[in-house]
Amino acid sequence: MLEKALEGSKKYWAWVLFLGFFALSGTYYYIRQFNEGLGLTGLHRDVSWGLYIGQFTFLVGVAASAVMLVIPYYLHDFKKFGKIVILGEFLAISAVTMCILFIFVDMGQPMRIMNVILHPTPGSVMFWDSVVLSGYLFINLLVGWVTLGSDKKGVPPPKWIKPWIYLSIPWAISIHTVTAFLYSGVPGRHFWLTAVMAARFLASAFAGGPALLILLAMIVRKVSKFDAGKDVIQAVSRIVAYAMFANVFLLGLEFFTAFYSGIPGHQHPFIYLYKGMMGSDGVFHNEIVPLMWTSSIFAALSLIMLWVPKIRQNEGLLSLACVMLFISLWIDKGFGLIIGGFVPNMFEEVNPYWPTRPEAVITAGVWAIGFMVLTFLYKIAITVREQTAGVEIDH
Amino acid sequence: MSMDRRDFLKIAGISSILGFGASVASATNLITDKKLLPPQVDRNKEALTAKRWAMVVDMSKFKAEEDFQKTISACHTFHNVPDFRKPDGSVDKKFEVKWIWKAAYERTFPGQENKYMSEHVKDMPFVVLCNHCDNPACVRVCPTKATYKLPDGITMQDMHRCIGCRFCMAACPFGARSFNWVDPRKGLKAELINKEYPTRTKGVVEKCTFCTERLSVGKVPACVEAAPAGALLFGDLEDPNSEVRKIVTEKLTIRRKPELGTGPAVYYLIGGGDHA
Repeated sequence: MLEKALEGSKKYWAWVLFLGFFALSGTYYYIRQFNEGLGLTGLHRDVSWGLYIGQFTFLVGVAASAVMLVIPYYLHDFKKFGKIVILGEFLAISAVTMCILFIFVDMGQPMRIMNVILHPTPGSVMFWDSVVLSGYLFINLLVGWVTLGSDKKGVPPPKWIKPWIYLSIPWAISIHTVTAFLYSGVPGRHFWLTAVMAARFLASAFAGGPALLILLAMIVRKVSKFDAGKDVIQAVSRIVAYAMFANVFLLGLEFFTAFYSGIPGHQHPFIYLYKGMMGSDGVFHNEIVPLMWTSSIFAALSLIMLWVPKIRQNEGLLSLACVMLFISLWIDKGFGLIIGGFVPNMFEEVNPYWPTRPEAVITAGVWAIGFMVLTFLYKIAITVREQTAGVEIDH
Repeated sequence: MSMDRRDFLKIAGISSILGFGASVASATNLITDKKLLPPQVDRNKEALTAKRWAMVVDMSKFKAEEDFQKTISACHTFHNVPDFRKPDGSVDKKFEVKWIWKAAYERTFPGQENKYMSEHVKDMPFVVLCNHCDNPACVRVCPTKATYKLPDGITMQDMHRCIGCRFCMAACPFGARSFNWVDPRKGLKAELINKEYPTRTKGVVEKCTFCTERLSVGKVPACVEAAPAGALLFGDLEDPNSEVRKIVTEKLTIRRKPELGTGPAVYYLIGGGDHA
């Protein structure tokens, strides 16, 4: 089936070339970072994780969100999801690929990354994160490939794949839970030390991932004959609405605990993120504030738009809501979450962080590689589905 | 025949040198021939040992800025800790690496200050370093066991195994760890490099080692040696007769963030005294 990614229209290749440009620019700066060190980034002693780890965290959520299609289709026999479920599985593959790349570019000694396997440390959450992520990549490759291969041949998928599909459900939950444990298990960082971290991660993932999928399904419908179906998109948008409500609710709980308890250490990260704080350099730092408020406003607006059926049913407005929701969660989880954990630092000092250009280009490069993987996978899936148009195989 | 791992490795090693033809039995005989044994590493008889190394800091003994500088630079010079400077001569915070430094009272013990406290007390400098915790978060989170506990309580790290993921930096509640954002040798003057201690590579995390390498040759930590008399006391907390134990038992000492349960082994003596 792979060969189907190699034949396409001029527009297809122009898109691939466009992504290739970003991938190459990212690679150029990565080679520099590899040689010169992570000093090329905006990171420093007090904010030792930044954009890379933020992207990693956010994308684990996107990967896990495939489960929101797998559950209705395979557990509740919601047949309408038959077409879109493969898009979800392939999105998961692309997202996990990006996660692995973001971890890799964040390593100080990337050539030693195999030490995680050579010296397995079951007490370390990061060890488990690498285990569940690679497992999830494997499961989705297997399930996606086998089911699509059966579709191509016009036969139902083999029986042995079913246990793998069912396994993918708890596994998806596990990747995001373990990723949340990276943060919620360390002492002394008030912003992260919260039991609802994993729950909130899952809620935001199940909103952000399917929102992206709605947008992707709309794009796919425009550029090919593959139509997931209007009612399917509506069904997914309801999932997004519920998950986003849960996410905003959980964020509200964080604010309540921090400010009603009155514990200064718990309040400081929120004050820094949403209002700004005096820095140890004597400058008032509020660089992150506009971003956080953009996130909050977009969250509220997109939630209202998704909540009101009239607005949701208008696909133009729905796509706008999905874009806003995605940006909101991207800021919140891909940036704010990490910064809030590190600022103020362990000495209650404010030493801000802002990504450098090389760091931003490397980040864009990884996203480009991820979208290239996604493009190839979707191209294959769409071509197969176009050839078997009209025939729906029961999985 | 019972064999522990060490014996087995000896036999396996010698067998492979002699070729696989040599039977295990004859290899066992060869072990009795001392000439074929690798030289045994004996413990240095002068080594300083303890069940639980700990430090008591008596800030009252630090009288002048010079006392801090001498203490800090003794450590940083001995361990080849890079010193990155901006063109104007100030510390380049972006690449900063530090093992021991000074921080104001309100920064060292956040939450302990109050609004009636004089600026003098708030700004009172404290010496801070790795706390060599009983239950260190950095060791718990390390995915490669590159940072680990020694039996004498010291939290050590293997800078050749570290993958530079910086999870330990996120986990340490004391900000004790530094990452080498660039090649640390760029922050060292070639003629000042201490040949007795290795320099590091870029991309690894480092911190205070309680001078485990000096202890093994019978020397007290570099900072303890350089600090004013009695300012930094170093000893075995498990030994009831040690000076650190006596102070911790009899006087009022505080530790940084004890509520987090990491069990810091650096104690700050309140009020100072005539112990030394």
